Amino acid sequence: MAELAPEQKLELYRFMRLNRTLEEKLVNLYRQGKVVGGLYRSLGQEATSVGTAYALSKGDIVGPLIRNMGSVLVMGFTARDILAQHMARASSPSAGKDCNLHFGTPDTGMVSAIAMLGALVPVMAGIALGARMQKKSLVAMTYIGDGGTSTGAFHEGANFAAVQKLPLVIVAENNGWAYSTPFRRQTAARSLADRAVAYGMPGETVDGNDVLAVFDAARRAVERARTGGGPTLIEAKTYRMKGHAEHDGQSYVPGEELSEWAARDPLERYARVLLAEGTDPSRLHDIDAEIAARVESDARAVEQSPFPAPESAVRGVYAEGVAEVEPAIVRRRW
Amino acid sequence: MTPEHEARETTYVDAIREAIFEEMERDERVFVLGEDIGVYGGAFKVTDGLLAKFGEHRVMDTPLSEAAIVGAAVGSAMMGMRPIAEMQFADFISCAFDMITNYAAKSRYRTGVGVPLVVRGPSGGGVHGGPFHSQNPEAYFAHTPGLKIVQPSTAYDAKGLLKAAIRDDDPVIFFEHKFLYRRVKETLPPGDWVVPIGKAAVRREGRDLSILTYGAMVWTALDAAKTLEAEGIDAEVVDLRTLFPLDEEAILASVGKTNKAIVLHEATRTGGIGAEVAAVIAERCFESLDAPLVRVTAPDTPVPFSPPLEEFFLPNADKVCRAARALAGY
Repeated sequence: MAELAPEQKLELYRFMRLNRTLEEKLVNLYRQGKVVGGLYRSLGQEATSVGTAYALSKGDIVGPLIRNMGSVLVMGFTARDILAQHMARASSPSAGKDCNLHFGTPDTGMVSAIAMLGALVPVMAGIALGARMQKKSLVAMTYIGDGGTSTGAFHEGANFAAVQKLPLVIVAENNGWAYSTPFRRQTAARSLADRAVAYGMPGETVDGNDVLAVFDAARRAVERARTGGGPTLIEAKTYRMKGHAEHDGQSYVPGEELSEWAARDPLERYARVLLAEGTDPSRLHDIDAEIAARVESDARAVEQSPFPAPESAVRGVYAEGVAEVEPAIVRRRW
Repeated sequence: MTPEHEARETTYVDAIREAIFEEMERDERVFVLGEDIGVYGGAFKVTDGLLAKFGEHRVMDTPLSEAAIVGAAVGSAMMGMRPIAEMQFADFISCAFDMITNYAAKSRYRTGVGVPLVVRGPSGGGVHGGPFHSQNPEAYFAHTPGLKIVQPSTAYDAKGLLKAAIRDDDPVIFFEHKFLYRRVKETLPPGDWVVPIGKAAVRREGRDLSILTYGAMVWTALDAAKTLEAEGIDAEVVDLRTLFPLDEEAILASVGKTNKAIVLHEATRTGGIGAEVAAVIAERCFESLDAPLVRVTAPDTPVPFSPPLEEFFLPNADKVCRAARALAGY
């Protein structure tokens, strides 16, 4: 197990708590009609996002999906960024052009997902390739769900990364469900880690609700990537505790599964570990209170911030120029 | 590139190779990746000799994975490289459609991160390639904001437009007509020059009607114009060269002069580039038209294989002449 300093262990807790509190605030805002569009939760999956991204170093680049808010926070984006994205404000990192966690630039350590699952895998392989060609020593990390591993893009990207021995860590987050489709209807494989064999890369299954175990697996994969050992596929077994998005009451999910996984809640579990190790409970309470206050004030600030200027819709498609809105009707006169 | 070489006539395929070669020499960020492009030199030998000069890190043979080829090109472009991704046949670009239309095309708009890459490959029929080695897929991409679409008709343009595409800060889809690879050639000027994206060229001036076209059909239009000239019909031939963004001013200038327009393309009819050109004319110079606009295109079918079927399918000079005669007499 990796050695983490006490302050680092608290930092992991802080990121997981921020992930959860921020999402709870977003649910609140969603119910008030203040979140534009859908809201995708990562409840119960915080340890996977936080533990994996925490294994990266400055200069590394992550390609998160919509349930990886924890990774986004670890990479240095703020609650305010995420609130502004969900409320479609001008100050959001995408300036209102795209939703939820679809934002990021390589120089800020993050590459934006698109909704087509699997697409990020070849793109992140390209990030690793481009960096290597420029002699930049960085590790790329990306995520895929159990559903996303069924796509051709996932396969092509994983295979390409393995052939090129690229410094890429692929975290396959097996949360049991792709929208309403259970794992057993997604693949006949026993585990997602088994897929690694086909690519000739190491594969490992880890308890995705144990942040320290996740961190340890990720740290080893990152180290392997950084030292020329090529890509790794980590399957993090976790559970999607909410529906696909907030509108989805997940009636198709067996109740006993939910209660079983609720007992393994990664945040409560990690808090117990910290307390058992002798962490003063007041430290955790202080973190919780500080985050709650911070998220509240950030949400108020974002609510008061402006939407983007309508005409900015036609800017930024190309390096130069503005998209034509409507043709001028020109009557020629002779 | 020796001076002797430059003095010789250069084929369309060699012009493409020269463009890649010179850009790779000029800018170490430029690299090529694709299937069988390194050791083998490419299915059409476009990249022949590049591996020996630049090495396998810049001339990268990849798995048979169009999505990975373009995806890796996208990622590396985001990191500051200038990738040129080869599709072995333009038909196979469909396998990378998502990477091109959803990732590359939308990246700048969504995140401010430009994706300066070129996806290039041989398109077009006339070589009995059948339904999957003959297609002209340009219209799919012209409908995607964020992309630029280029299709050269001459060796000069092939070289100059490809250089411009490689230097462009946005993703460019570059369709090379495989029928032209070894059939057209010309003496190219020495030195470093580009053909700007977004500028059409008048290939033949005329007074009676305009044939607006691109790619291999430019040569078909010129053949037709020669026949028509003998009949007293003076056709102007405009080579669009870039299909997005269209050079609307060049279209308007020509149709404004001749007052009659044929839009000619090898791709199938419905939703083709011709429809967009027709819309530009209808919107912007309706009152200049003395006759209905005529489209000469392939019919709305897959590209058939057997020679008589393919010949029936493809536009040719006879079909253009028939349309031109009807227009001239309108």
